[in-house]
Amino acid sequence: MARTAVLGRLGAAAPIAWRLAELVELVPETPRVASLLLSVPGWPGHTAGQHVDVRLTAQDGYQAQRSYSIAAPAESERVVLTVERLEDGEVSPFLVDDLRAGDRFELRGPIGGYFVWDEGSGGPLQLVAGGSGVVPLMAMLRHRAAVGSDVPATLLYSARSPEEVIYREELDRLGGGDGGPQVVYTLTRERPSGWTGYDRRIDGEMLAEVFGRPDADAMAFVCGPTRFVEVAADGLVALGYDPSRVRTERFGPSGRS
Amino acid sequence: MSFVTRGFRGRRRETDESGRVPPGQYRTDDFPVLSAGPTPHTPLAEWSFTIASESGEELARWSWEELRALPSETVTVDIHCVTKWSKLDTTWEGASVDTLLAGIETDAAYVTAWSDGGYTTNLPLEDVTDGKAWVAFGYDGEPLDPEHGGPARLLVPHLYFWKSAKWVRGLRLMDDDDPGFWESLGYHLYGDPWREQRYWGD
Repeated sequence: MARTAVLGRLGAAAPIAWRLAELVELVPETPRVASLLLSVPGWPGHTAGQHVDVRLTAQDGYQAQRSYSIAAPAESERVVLTVERLEDGEVSPFLVDDLRAGDRFELRGPIGGYFVWDEGSGGPLQLVAGGSGVVPLMAMLRHRAAVGSDVPATLLYSARSPEEVIYREELDRLGGGDGGPQVVYTLTRERPSGWTGYDRRIDGEMLAEVFGRPDADAMAFVCGPTRFVEVAADGLVALGYDPSRVRTERFGPSGRS
Repeated sequence: MSFVTRGFRGRRRETDESGRVPPGQYRTDDFPVLSAGPTPHTPLAEWSFTIASESGEELARWSWEELRALPSETVTVDIHCVTKWSKLDTTWEGASVDTLLAGIETDAAYVTAWSDGGYTTNLPLEDVTDGKAWVAFGYDGEPLDPEHGGPARLLVPHLYFWKSAKWVRGLRLMDDDDPGFWESLGYHLYGDPWREQRYWGD
């Protein structure tokens, strides 16, 4: 990108405005995860994979900000955030447990221009999700379905137990449909009886079986906890994926306190 | 005045942080990892650090051993990530950028740091000189982990942490401010956490 073009845009850039979001509905997804369906007047639209900043203000002016991935596709009228309640969290327990329909809070976005995919980005689309890292990847699959894209797509989704799989019904429906994505689960701690799928943490062998050798146009998106992302991204590079076509987003602590 | 959200009280820290956490940030004791792509693993035998002119001319270059043989400093600083976490009293070991630039004559006003994996970030020269920036290779008394930017990363603690380029391999001296990777994708050109310069227009 020409430097002058970027500087021109920077010079002209207006701040990303804080907007008032109103909770229309809270949809429980798992025991610890809920989706917030939000009405955000003036929302400028977004691309799958982007996130928002949320700002909560208390009566005495105290504020807290956090970032959350958008689960809704670009086509959605609502902004949808899927939030995991962190036990020691300050903001996520409030959003998941205390917020009621009609309550309002501030958010701004969309933010992030790299971990994004739309139909024009091409593919095959190779998605690797760990836990609630599935959220921005779900926005990509929802966009793909909404526009009827025939870009091949595969999701490898690691969860601890069947109860902790977010969007299970929708993923099964999408995966079972004509031209739907291939959805592969690995359940690392608890499995239903008779489970014949993967039952371990992701590794190079699993990535090779699910994704195979890379197509030159393949785009991979990996989202999850740090350790998970390290293994998945390194594994894809070892399979021959171009590192510049493996995009990552991480959350949570490094494991080093 | 911001909109007050019904029922939100928040959880204030009991300890006085003496104004060390910038607006919109929260304090964490973990060390979260953020990066846009796979972690590069360049062998130390192939690693070097270069100071280059705007045209790409090599002005100075150190192998890993040569860099480690330079005078090093141990600094304890607070760091602030644009994704909202701040971590206080982090201890790093590295070579001061002043040491690396010593003896190099330049009229440049900016630098672009570049890294393995293709990452770049832009900074005013005055923000990496006079004891404000290091090429850090140690964290908390240990070699810097690859996921945190090892073998070496830039450390510019007074700016948002995306400016502290992981896996850094060199600095290019620039006449003009040339937006780097995140700066071309919506993040602020300068990135002062105390002025909450997160995104374009902030």
